[in-house]
Amino acid sequence: MKQDTNEMEIIFDSCSENEGFARVAVASFMTQLNPTLEEVADVKTAVSEAVTNAVIHGYNQEIHKIYIRCVTAGHALEIEVRDEGKGIENIEEAMQPMFTTRPELDRSGMGFAFMEAFMDELAVESSPGCGTTVRMKKIIGKGRDGWIIPQS
Amino acid sequence: MKYQIEENCLTIFLPKELDHHQTEEIRREADRQIERNHVKYVIFDFGETSFMDSSGIGVMMGRYRKLSLTGGEVWAANLNDRMKKILKMSGAAKIIRIYEEERQ
Repeated sequence: MKQDTNEMEIIFDSCSENEGFARVAVASFMTQLNPTLEEVADVKTAVSEAVTNAVIHGYNQEIHKIYIRCVTAGHALEIEVRDEGKGIENIEEAMQPMFTTRPELDRSGMGFAFMEAFMDELAVESSPGCGTTVRMKKIIGKGRDGWIIPQS
Repeated sequence: MKYQIEENCLTIFLPKELDHHQTEEIRREADRQIERNHVKYVIFDFGETSFMDSSGIGVMMGRYRKLSLTGGEVWAANLNDRMKKILKMSGAAKIIRIYEEERQ
C-alpha cells in the first residue's frame, strides 16, 4: 500500500544565500502533492519570510543553524522553521502588519502578514533567549476540480 | 542586476528572485546612485523577476521614503500577475506607482 505521509528535515547556516536554497528545497519536496504553480509560489514566499526572519531577527545576521522540518499527510503540507536565536518578546506585536524592529534595514514589517496570507494556518512559538519556531500548514489542491477537501 | 541612469531617473533591472539576500545589494547601490546623480525617479523593472517576498516591498518603500522628501517618485514596471498581487496585498501599491504599458 502506498504510504500517505512523508517527511524531511534540513539544517543549514543562517546566511542570506540560504534563503533561496531553503524555499527551493521545500518547493521541490512539495511537488509530490501535485501542487499548482500558485500553491508552490505561496509556499516559497512563506518559507522565504520565515527563514529571512531567522537570519535577520533571530540570529541578528550572525551565522548559526536554521532547522526546517516538512511533513505531508494526505493533501496537507506542514512546515516548521526553527531557530535558536534571541526569540520574540511580544509575538502579538511582532505579527502586526507594518511592525518592524529593524526599519533601518528597510524591513517592511509584512513578513508574518505574508505567511498568514499565503498559508492556511500559522502558529508562532517563541520566548526571549529561547529561539523561535514558526509552524505553517497548507492544504494543497483545494481549488482543483475533482478533489475532495479532507475534513479535519 | 543592472542599474541605468538617464538624467534624473534610475532604472534598476531586478534579478530573477528578489529576496533579502538580493535587496541588501540593491539598497546600497541604489542609494549610492541616488545621491551621486541627484535621482528623482526610481523605476524597479520586474521584467526578469518571478519571485519576490516582503524584502522586495521593503526596498521599494525605503527608496520611496528617501525620494518623497524631495518630491520624487517610485515606479514598478513589467510586473507579472504574481508580482502585482504581492505589491497590492502589501499595501505598497498605494504609493508605488505601477507602470502599465498601453495596449494598442
